[in-house]
Amino acid sequence: MALLGAEVNAGDVLFRGVAALFAITIVLVLGAMAIQMWVAARPSIAHSGWRFIVGRDWDPVRDSFGALPFIYGTLVSSLLALGIAVPISLGVAVFLTELAPPWLRSPVSFLVELLAAVPSVIYGLWGIFALAPFLRNHLEPFLGKTLGFLPLFQGPHQGFGMLAGGIILAIMITPTISSVSREVLRAVPDSLREGALALGSTRWEALRHTILPYARSGIVGAIILGLGRALGETMAITMVIGNRTDISVSLFAPGYTMASVIANEFTEATGDVYLGALAEIGLLLFAVTLILNVVARLLVWRVGRAPEGARG
Amino acid sequence: MKERYSQRKLVDAAVRGLCLLATGAALIPLGLVLYYVTSRGIGGLDWAFFTELPKPVGEAGGGMANALLGTLELVGLACLFGIPPGVLAGVYLAEFGQHRFAKLVRFSADVMSGVPSITIGIFVYTLIVLRTKSFSAYAGGVALAVLMLPTVTRTTEELLRLVPESLREAALGLGVPKWRATLSVVLRTAAPGIATGIMLAIARVAGETAPLLFTAFNNAFWPTGLAQPTASLPVQIYTYAVSPYDDWHQKAWAAALVLIGMVLILNVAARVLVRHRVRSR
Repeated sequence: MALLGAEVNAGDVLFRGVAALFAITIVLVLGAMAIQMWVAARPSIAHSGWRFIVGRDWDPVRDSFGALPFIYGTLVSSLLALGIAVPISLGVAVFLTELAPPWLRSPVSFLVELLAAVPSVIYGLWGIFALAPFLRNHLEPFLGKTLGFLPLFQGPHQGFGMLAGGIILAIMITPTISSVSREVLRAVPDSLREGALALGSTRWEALRHTILPYARSGIVGAIILGLGRALGETMAITMVIGNRTDISVSLFAPGYTMASVIANEFTEATGDVYLGALAEIGLLLFAVTLILNVVARLLVWRVGRAPEGARG
Repeated sequence: MKERYSQRKLVDAAVRGLCLLATGAALIPLGLVLYYVTSRGIGGLDWAFFTELPKPVGEAGGGMANALLGTLELVGLACLFGIPPGVLAGVYLAEFGQHRFAKLVRFSADVMSGVPSITIGIFVYTLIVLRTKSFSAYAGGVALAVLMLPTVTRTTEELLRLVPESLREAALGLGVPKWRATLSVVLRTAAPGIATGIMLAIARVAGETAPLLFTAFNNAFWPTGLAQPTASLPVQIYTYAVSPYDDWHQKAWAAALVLIGMVLILNVAARVLVRHRVRSR
């Protein structure tokens, strides 16, 4: 090759090598994370087996580790958060891509992004001193009075609990879901939009019958990304959910999440099994968020590369 | 027929109204949080807050100077460990990244950005704290760097892709080797944009608490070295917020005001930079 004039520059080889090295680092770090967590969790996997996921008794003193209350708390608070955040986020995304006048779009989307920039611990602080008292004194009595026939809204009004956790999470995942859905809606070809409007659709009909079906998988992806964030969120929810290992149907009751128990107990954990149990919870979180992320990215990516015929 | 039309228009208007309402609802918490942090925090900011160590429970006064310094230290270390690898990995993806391997890197970076920060804390704990047998600023810095890495990589890649191909060709055409063309032409053109992305990444990690809880831990005294447990604003806010003391709550609000101020300044500055660049083009 060199004879044919394709001179290889030593600097180029070196540069490419160094850059490639750091690129590999990213893959290695992710792999190391999985391996380290698994190694740390092994004593607990050996000790508890399947009981770890279905057991309800978490008593480190007696070496009894059942993580079900945490799994339950994480799922319920995250689903509650999705229930609140999804309609709001989709409203924001539609408003910003389809309805708002151009001059309003960028300031409003900046403000929505600021929601994501506020540190989690500050949401927690606000949750303790502003949101929880508000829930205890106003929202929970109101819900108890109007919807109290449902088991979801029964029990004493404490402020700290599932409801507070769900609301805080909803605030924190709204920017994620709305900004990804906005990107997805923006990737919908204008020709489709124009076509629908030219046929006499109202904005809503164009959205309902043309734009949303096209963007559906991407929006599902956005929601899954939001779910991934909600499952792993730690500080804010630890500060408002009440941290009690009870499983209760009522949203007013305190609960516990997987991330919270790690945050609260990790530095105090003595012994391989206890530490391993917390690491195993971490491993479960890691695995679940990993899978959710992969699925979500594939879904969002699909909208970006839609069939050629549909492009403008 | 006419009736149906007005009904359709009504539905359309209702949906528009709901979307507007949703946007308002999304922004209310932002306003409330900013209002609470400012009104409750401003009273706690005095000279002592920025210059003194925390006092023990029960004694009035004292400040958070060590936590402020600690946060700067941790963020500095995170930049040191996170930015150069991130930028170079981004360069690789943009300039040499046409293979399957690059896809894997891109995918790993995307997945990594979704990993919960608390699990990154566990990872760094088992990797560094267990081995060195001590909480340290290094461990905290590494944890924050791992959080920054995917963002920096993907931002760098995206911005390098915006650099027109003609610039690369012109540089190569002048006989410059590819590495110099990349460093002094391509990277330089994209530098302001990359800097903006890095500022946003810094703003994000500066407020992270979860990964610091068991890496940098906390410390009530001045930092004496990078191998020592180190206080930080977010961890201090957390400790004070969940404590039962009113005085500490006041301090938590004041610290929150300082932290949110830092984060907002970085965000607004990044935005102004971007807009300035777009206009000057």
